[in-house]
Amino acid sequence: MAKSKSAYSTPSKSGKIDTHIIVVWVDNEASVLSRVVGLFSGRGYNIESLAVAEIDHKKNLSRITIVTTGTPEVIEQIVLQLKKLVPVHNVVNFKREDKKVIFKEMALLKIVANPIKIKKALNACKKYNPVILDQTNKSAVIQITALRREIDNMIKNLKPLGLVSASRTGAVAMTRGAEILN
Amino acid sequence: MPKLYSGAEIVFKCLEDQKVEHIFGYPGGAVLPIYDELKNHPTIKHILVRHEQGAGHAAEGYARSTGKPGVVLVTSGPGATNVVTALTDAYMDSVPLVCISGQVPTHLIGTDAFQECDTTGITRPCTKHNWLVKDINDLPRIMHEAFEVATTGRPGPVLVDIPKDIQFAKAKYSKPNKKKKAVSKNLNRFNQKDIDQLIDLMSKSKKPIFYTGGGVINSGPKASELLRELVSLTGFPITSTLQGLGAYPGNDNQFLGMLGMHGTYEANNAMHDCDLLINIGARFDDRITGKIDEFSPKSKKVHIDIDPSSINKIIKVDLSIVGDVSDVISLTTKTLKKKKLNLEKSNKQKISNWWKQIEKWRTKQSLSFVNSDTIIKPQYAVQRLYELTKDSDTYITTEVGQHQMWAAQHYKFDKPNRWMTSGGLGTMGYGLPAAVGVQVAHPKKLVIDIAGEASILMNMQEISTAVQYNLPIKIFILNNQYMGMVRQWQELLHEKNYSESYSKALPDFVKLAEAYGCVGIRAKDPSELDEKIEEMINTDRPVIFDCLVDQGENCFPMIPSGKPHNQMLLGPKDQEANKITGKGKALV
Repeated sequence: MAKSKSAYSTPSKSGKIDTHIIVVWVDNEASVLSRVVGLFSGRGYNIESLAVAEIDHKKNLSRITIVTTGTPEVIEQIVLQLKKLVPVHNVVNFKREDKKVIFKEMALLKIVANPIKIKKALNACKKYNPVILDQTNKSAVIQITALRREIDNMIKNLKPLGLVSASRTGAVAMTRGAEILN
Repeated sequence: MPKLYSGAEIVFKCLEDQKVEHIFGYPGGAVLPIYDELKNHPTIKHILVRHEQGAGHAAEGYARSTGKPGVVLVTSGPGATNVVTALTDAYMDSVPLVCISGQVPTHLIGTDAFQECDTTGITRPCTKHNWLVKDINDLPRIMHEAFEVATTGRPGPVLVDIPKDIQFAKAKYSKPNKKKKAVSKNLNRFNQKDIDQLIDLMSKSKKPIFYTGGGVINSGPKASELLRELVSLTGFPITSTLQGLGAYPGNDNQFLGMLGMHGTYEANNAMHDCDLLINIGARFDDRITGKIDEFSPKSKKVHIDIDPSSINKIIKVDLSIVGDVSDVISLTTKTLKKKKLNLEKSNKQKISNWWKQIEKWRTKQSLSFVNSDTIIKPQYAVQRLYELTKDSDTYITTEVGQHQMWAAQHYKFDKPNRWMTSGGLGTMGYGLPAAVGVQVAHPKKLVIDIAGEASILMNMQEISTAVQYNLPIKIFILNNQYMGMVRQWQELLHEKNYSESYSKALPDFVKLAEAYGCVGIRAKDPSELDEKIEEMINTDRPVIFDCLVDQGENCFPMIPSGKPHNQMLLGPKDQEANKITGKGKALV
């Protein structure tokens, strides 16, 4: 490597990168999402997916679920930096492999094909709680809930069966058992 | 029925209740209702700057020299965008600022109206928090919250954007609610166990060092007193970051000088070789650590900071203590005394070899330079300035560059809040407006901006503010006609290709001073320097002092890029000596 001429140090080797799901409780107010997202882009963190909606109208609370990747140090920084934001109430962080937590994404899949193929498509989705939301004799809209990679696979597999359009959410998370977050 | 107040009146009622005495600002269309209200509030004095960036830095100087939040008032659009540099500067250096900006009326927001910009959007990454006031009833709460957020935990800037129609609209006023749960989340989170662990580490260490930063200053003058007590109680050596200078007396024997890229040889080597590093209110900035992988490799590390996100951000530490510096130190000294460890005595033996080693490093005299009879050396100029002003409780601000480092190296501070410099952001043009703010807060004190001729031109217009308010600030320019630090890097790392770092058409600073209605003094010979500095000090008006210095002088010692603390470049004397032994070449 050429000798560094920078006034800054060269990067040192980084640790193992893991996928984490970070859940953030925030005041549901104008620009709160851009504060959270801006923190990620400003500090060079990753967002793989994002889900956000109001969960308590009375308390004016929203819950943001962010899927991100990073070294343990980066994940720790993300959590600590999020906690510094004024509208943030709480931050909880899980590893994707965490068995105590359920993660789910939802997808709406539009199939345009003959009824036989549509039936096949529906069958293929069987494992992922398929619901037919709309059906004509040449099309169907199927809703499935699954993990990210499962949905990736379904999209790939359904292409030959007439999948023309897919719309999907980011992951949402919930702990198993009687234990609650907050 | 309770009395209703206009938005503009509410702004001032809040400022009064927050005990604000000075605001720095510049009027414009979208803040005119607030300016209209100014006349009814005689306890609040407005300082009219010449550029909104100047307002921001002046408020920073005010805040850093008093410990109170600085208040800025600007208009929408360009007023707000001009203050962005100062807000970012305050964010990086943890300076409490409350910036109030006008905004176009609510119904015009989003229409690309005249002087409209997305102020809260633009300032979101450079403030602790910001608010766009859309409902007049929220204004009192938001204003009080703004002051609370700015001043609690790790301090920083906030911004309140107030549309013009909200300034006219009427609402009830409410006083700050003291009982309300603190907005700040960064409060003390340490307990006695942490302190016991710290003391255990301290009593076992053979090569300890305190590394202190701006957090000690931000924690208030009490923290500096407590730090001095702790340092003398333990007998440990102490070094400080750029921002922490003044928390511990600069001429005390236990003080090793500043550390980092242009820190002393003894401070950096002690950081590298120590077995216990106690960081108090500093943040392991990259100008401090040098090469991360080789940073202080043999030490146990303790980090005391009020901001949990500062801990383990750059350097992994063995013990973290989240809390206000003065609370942590106070409990530490209390516990030390209670345990009667007699550290003073027992430590003296245990760490006597360490001190011997430090004394050996000291003999390098890393801040020395080759002086001259014919040309003023910039280091000599700062030394003379220090000698001639040290007895008059002087406040020093700086711009950014070589002069800033020379000031940090050669001016010895012995009190907190006397040293205002842009460290994190490194903002050229900071020093003059900051000096204005300091002088507003301390009208009778001597306030000097140690400047470079390139930096000073970045906010030169503010000398007009100083003249208008009879603020006798002194602008001490070390004029080498180069952007010196850029030139130094080009010399050392870019084969002396001095690309665009020479200023060809500099103004005549003495005539410039006269044009602004202040006093110009020039010194070009070492023999006249003292007399001219005396003349500057004795002039009760703003002075621009044009000190013509050696153009080729470099700032040493220096840790070159990507090197650890124990591989420093020393000054010309040492390089000469090393040439003979051949060791020096490896360093360059």
